Amino acid sequence: MSSYRTLHMTPVALFVEFERPIRAAQKADRETKKQARLDAMQINREGVEARLLRAIEGPRQLQEVMTAFWFNHFNVFAGKGLCHLWTASFEETAIRPHTMGRFRDLLGATARHPAMLFYLDNWQNSAPASGKGRFEGINENYARELMELHTLGVNGGYTQQDVTTLAHILTGWGLVKPGKMGGGRFRPVDPSGFYFDPERHDFATKTFLSHTIRGTGVGEIEQVLDILSRHPSTARHLSYQLAQYFVADAPPQPLVDRMAQRYLATDGDIRAVLTTMFDGPEFFDPRYYRAKFKTPYEYVISSVRATGTNVTNFRPLAGTMQLLGMPIYGCLTPNGYSNTQEAWLNPDAMMMRLSFATALGTGNLPLEAPQFEADGTPNNRGYVTRTGKARMIAIPDTDRPGRKMEVPDAARVAMTLGGAFSPATSGAIEAAPANMHAAMMLGSPEFMMR
Amino acid sequence: MKTFESTLRLDQCSGAISRRDFVKRAMMAAGCGVVLIGSNGWAARAMEGDASRKRIIVVFLRGAVDGLNVVVPHGEPAYYDARPTLAIGARGGEGGVIDLDGFFGLHPALAPAMPYWKDKTLAFVHACGSPDPTRSHFDAQDYMESGTPGIKTTGDGWLNRVLAAMPGNHPSTEALSLGPTLPRILSGKMPIANMPLGRAAQRPMPMDRPIVGVAFDRLYEGNDPLSQAYKDGRASRSRLMGELAQDMKEADGGAPAPNGFNEDADRLARLIQRDPTIRVAFLALGGWDTHVNQGAATGQLANHLKPLADGLAHLASALGRSYDDTVILVISEFGRTMRQNGNGGTDHGHGNVMWLMGGPVRGGHVYGRWPGLSTANLYQERDLAITTDFRDPISLVLMRHMGLDASSVGRVFPNHPISTGSIGNLVSG
Repeated sequence: MSSYRTLHMTPVALFVEFERPIRAAQKADRETKKQARLDAMQINREGVEARLLRAIEGPRQLQEVMTAFWFNHFNVFAGKGLCHLWTASFEETAIRPHTMGRFRDLLGATARHPAMLFYLDNWQNSAPASGKGRFEGINENYARELMELHTLGVNGGYTQQDVTTLAHILTGWGLVKPGKMGGGRFRPVDPSGFYFDPERHDFATKTFLSHTIRGTGVGEIEQVLDILSRHPSTARHLSYQLAQYFVADAPPQPLVDRMAQRYLATDGDIRAVLTTMFDGPEFFDPRYYRAKFKTPYEYVISSVRATGTNVTNFRPLAGTMQLLGMPIYGCLTPNGYSNTQEAWLNPDAMMMRLSFATALGTGNLPLEAPQFEADGTPNNRGYVTRTGKARMIAIPDTDRPGRKMEVPDAARVAMTLGGAFSPATSGAIEAAPANMHAAMMLGSPEFMMR
Repeated sequence: MKTFESTLRLDQCSGAISRRDFVKRAMMAAGCGVVLIGSNGWAARAMEGDASRKRIIVVFLRGAVDGLNVVVPHGEPAYYDARPTLAIGARGGEGGVIDLDGFFGLHPALAPAMPYWKDKTLAFVHACGSPDPTRSHFDAQDYMESGTPGIKTTGDGWLNRVLAAMPGNHPSTEALSLGPTLPRILSGKMPIANMPLGRAAQRPMPMDRPIVGVAFDRLYEGNDPLSQAYKDGRASRSRLMGELAQDMKEADGGAPAPNGFNEDADRLARLIQRDPTIRVAFLALGGWDTHVNQGAATGQLANHLKPLADGLAHLASALGRSYDDTVILVISEFGRTMRQNGNGGTDHGHGNVMWLMGGPVRGGHVYGRWPGLSTANLYQERDLAITTDFRDPISLVLMRHMGLDASSVGRVFPNHPISTGSIGNLVSG
């Protein structure tokens, strides 16, 4: 992980090193402009690679699954403006340390991270008549999603008035102005990029979800995050999301209820809620065994894990997720990707998945190829860019295996999957040519589910 | 072994589109929720009569085109005051506007579209746009595609909802998107045929090899949802290979391949001719974000407008008789500042102009209430104000042309009461 330099940089340092040259090159020639943008691609490339590497090889798999879950829950999109600088940092510093801790800490960390502040516009949210231009007036975006998506849920019992009030509470909660991120001799800035601007904050006393909020500034925001994270609607909403992710598209209500009770009893201890879920009889009920159709992300990761390939080049994996409609850091909307079968099972997706399974299972994906071009320059195709698009990579179609990866051993794949196949599946695999066996295991109906 | 990357980049802010080698390239259904159009399904559908053939094509100009230099208010002195070097001259002839009605004039690079203005199948709605105040490309495009300005969590796009709202069964895929990824405007429950362009798109995939396909056929021969999806996917792929072969044949024996938007227009028109079940189609063009050196009668913007007008004219003529049943909408996320900036360009603004073209359009007229360009009349004292919500002209098209009733239109644009005051005559029924 230490080789991913940008992963360990502060938001301000990322801005200074990568965004300033892009701005400085605005009026420069085409080549200079292009180079500045290419340089900045290092951030998303490293972020996506680090995510994939840990998901494939990380020893603590639950931690990796929870990172993907919470990132998606607090989704930010690398293609919106400055978010290309900060999305990977958001995952590394706001999500990853808190995935199994207290929800309140997770919520607080996401609320202060520049990626979230920029993505949902709160950095511009200003008390009426306090700011000019882009800082003119109230912006409700973050306030709304904070309740609808991050905490209470859409039917969590709040009103439009609560959204407006919360937006007023959140005024001035934002970023070091991008133009000042480099600091000056007499102007050191917070390297986290967070800045609370009292000049743009509404200090009036407010009533929010029946609580009185006195105009104290930053303290108000900490107070509402406390209120939201302890709310019974939040307990229900998060429990439902977790149970849907781990158990079934329509999770059993008694399980959700017990998880919500546990959440409230432990003041939002995520580990405790997960334990309740894993210990519940529903979790081992045969009805919910292999009840989830894998998302493209889960399908790609689990396939590579099953083959034991030592991946050095992650582009084909990032590119396949792009082809399947689930690029990492590429979800536009704040509600994140769905994880239901309805969202992901369709004819075209099946053809893509099986093509991927074939390319991987017959040793035709360049996964063990060098990460960089022969001249040492990085190849960014397949990774999400600062405008949110990734260049498409086709799944290679050839029958000359083993050139850029070791051909997976069918016996090993079979062993990893542990006799999961029905007699029909086993029969079909045995009837196929031997060099297709690993591919067919990866492409089997059983392996599409988890 | 080689992997193949697309040559196409659709940069939503600044990159121009390069779409060479397109006609000779094959297509491939890609992305989530996407299946190939049923090119053999037309025979049954064509029997249903004219009503089933009506369609809309949406062309999205990503990056915010400068509407004030597309349909120029040459009767407004304030326009010339605000744009010393960017304004298009009021007088006709070299470098001047092509007068439309004595007050508005067309950018001279758009001359190829004039025949359609004259035969009254091209209309504009000026001072049109999305009521949300955002000046972010990302947010504004998102709102214009979801059809719900100000609401970020809408999961699907309005063009997809149009399909869902249309009466009757939907036996085959009725929507077509040209471009590398499934656009927001078409995402949703109804299946979409997506045709990425470029080299990645032309490659066959492993599933197309008989030995691979036959092996997997045995894994998915049941009636469960996975097998069902699998079988549909296999059928689509084989149709696709047929399309591919046909296109190669046509391209080899045919006229020289046109470039850019013309290629897409050509492809789109041919697909519509071949498959009348297509009810909605979408494509996007980039390169409109002219912050620097925008140019006036010639220059950067003109260089993008000329191919746009060429392509639209090409599309109209290639559609042949189908043009009578087609409405083409040209939209962009917001307009640009009335005043030029210090770099010979314009910045992100608000109101813009919408184009409507096609047989059912009552053209030869600039619709909408013109708010004026004096400072007091500008939006936030800097941009063209919006007097027509972009959803209103589209709603009219959906009702009069596509035959949706009011409640269906309400599902396409929820929580938006339709107001058609100044645009009531825009489309014939």
